[in-house]
Amino acid sequence: MQTQFKNIDPPMWVAWNQAKASIRVRFLRMLITSIGVALGIAFFSSMEVLAFSPVKAGMQSHSQMQWLTGTSLVMCLVGVTNSMLMSVTERYREIGTIKCLGASDSFIVKVFFLEALLLGAIGSFGGALIGTLLMAAVMAATTGGPGVGSIGLVLLIGTGVGMLMTVLAAVAPAIQASKMPAAAALRVDV
Amino acid sequence: MSDEGSREVVVRTVDVVKQYGEGEAAVRALNGVTCEIFSGEYLSIMGPSGSGKSTLFNMIGGLDKPNEGSVFVNSVDIAQLTPKELAFLRCHTIGYIFQTFNLISVRTALENVTLPMLFAGLTPEEADERGIKLLELVGLGHRLHHRPSELSGGQQQRVAIARSLANNPSIILADEPTGNLDLKTGQEIIDLLRTLNVERGVTIISATHDHKMLDVSDRIFHIRDGQLALVETREELDKAKAGV
Repeated sequence: MQTQFKNIDPPMWVAWNQAKASIRVRFLRMLITSIGVALGIAFFSSMEVLAFSPVKAGMQSHSQMQWLTGTSLVMCLVGVTNSMLMSVTERYREIGTIKCLGASDSFIVKVFFLEALLLGAIGSFGGALIGTLLMAAVMAATTGGPGVGSIGLVLLIGTGVGMLMTVLAAVAPAIQASKMPAAAALRVDV
Repeated sequence: MSDEGSREVVVRTVDVVKQYGEGEAAVRALNGVTCEIFSGEYLSIMGPSGSGKSTLFNMIGGLDKPNEGSVFVNSVDIAQLTPKELAFLRCHTIGYIFQTFNLISVRTALENVTLPMLFAGLTPEEADERGIKLLELVGLGHRLHHRPSELSGGQQQRVAIARSLANNPSIILADEPTGNLDLKTGQEIIDLLRTLNVERGVTIISATHDHKMLDVSDRIFHIRDGQLALVETREELDKAKAGV
């Protein structure tokens, strides 16, 4: 008997269903991850509001603002990467099992991509909203507040940056995990 | 076995060497294993812990690649396969059963069984229909929508058996399938595997410590220190049992 190989990849909805099931069952864990993303982005967004504001609350120079925004971005990146890295590494065994069932490497990456996209979108938008509105309220009370246009822009930047970071932080280790031999993935005990 | 020459070989290993680690810390889990496994047989791989039986299991199942030598599954050298071809082989040709069941914890029993079918390109309706039949076959027709955490160990292993049959594989690989089960449930799982072997003609390859497996096996491979130390046939086992 000779195996006739065909190039079959399951449709995207199979990966989507797997991602949805994972989020539903691990809801609390995912919620904590999402809150981690939200907090990082909230800090970043609040700094962005300051940076975009025409009035710098009378204390920050341009370079100080850049430094603050950059620092907030790094803190956010570390937090998000840590959360997403954990969520991938704790599931090596599941990855090994799905590989045994015939999943291609790309299917595994797709599942983590979709999960991260959803988590990233919710966490980042929530965080951007909180950070932007809080800082806008503080500024409104002290210096007259930022413009409506800059609030919209910061929301957009915060959500975009958060989603990008979340997806990259999840997909990079997922690609690495998907390329592991199934036996090695099954052996990992986290 | 007298008719070995005429039987179809489904798995062949040639001088397989598997080494973990490098330099002085290197450990040779397999040290030149050459064997043939025939279509439709029930084969047990026995040996003490650390003897290399699970490593051989991983090699045969395409879960790992050897450092030296070749593994042929249905005449295909798995070392030559691309990751996609290897995934196709796992999906269509081999079914896996593990000591720790390894069900996907976030999916129901039916979803666990149908997932490999969706990988194989079946529609959800076709997959559900076949999945329900398989779960009924293993006696779990009433547990379709339960998640693994809601099932007993024996029931989880039955789901794993149904899942291993999802795409009508020619080989089922079972790694210590009774290792986490009590005696009675373990015997039920062994009987179920033997029934599937006889009725469906599927080749069963089981790495095991469990001596109850001896009663149903057509052949036993004894692994010692990474080498195939002894091959016992059913006739030899029966003679030994009868005290001849």
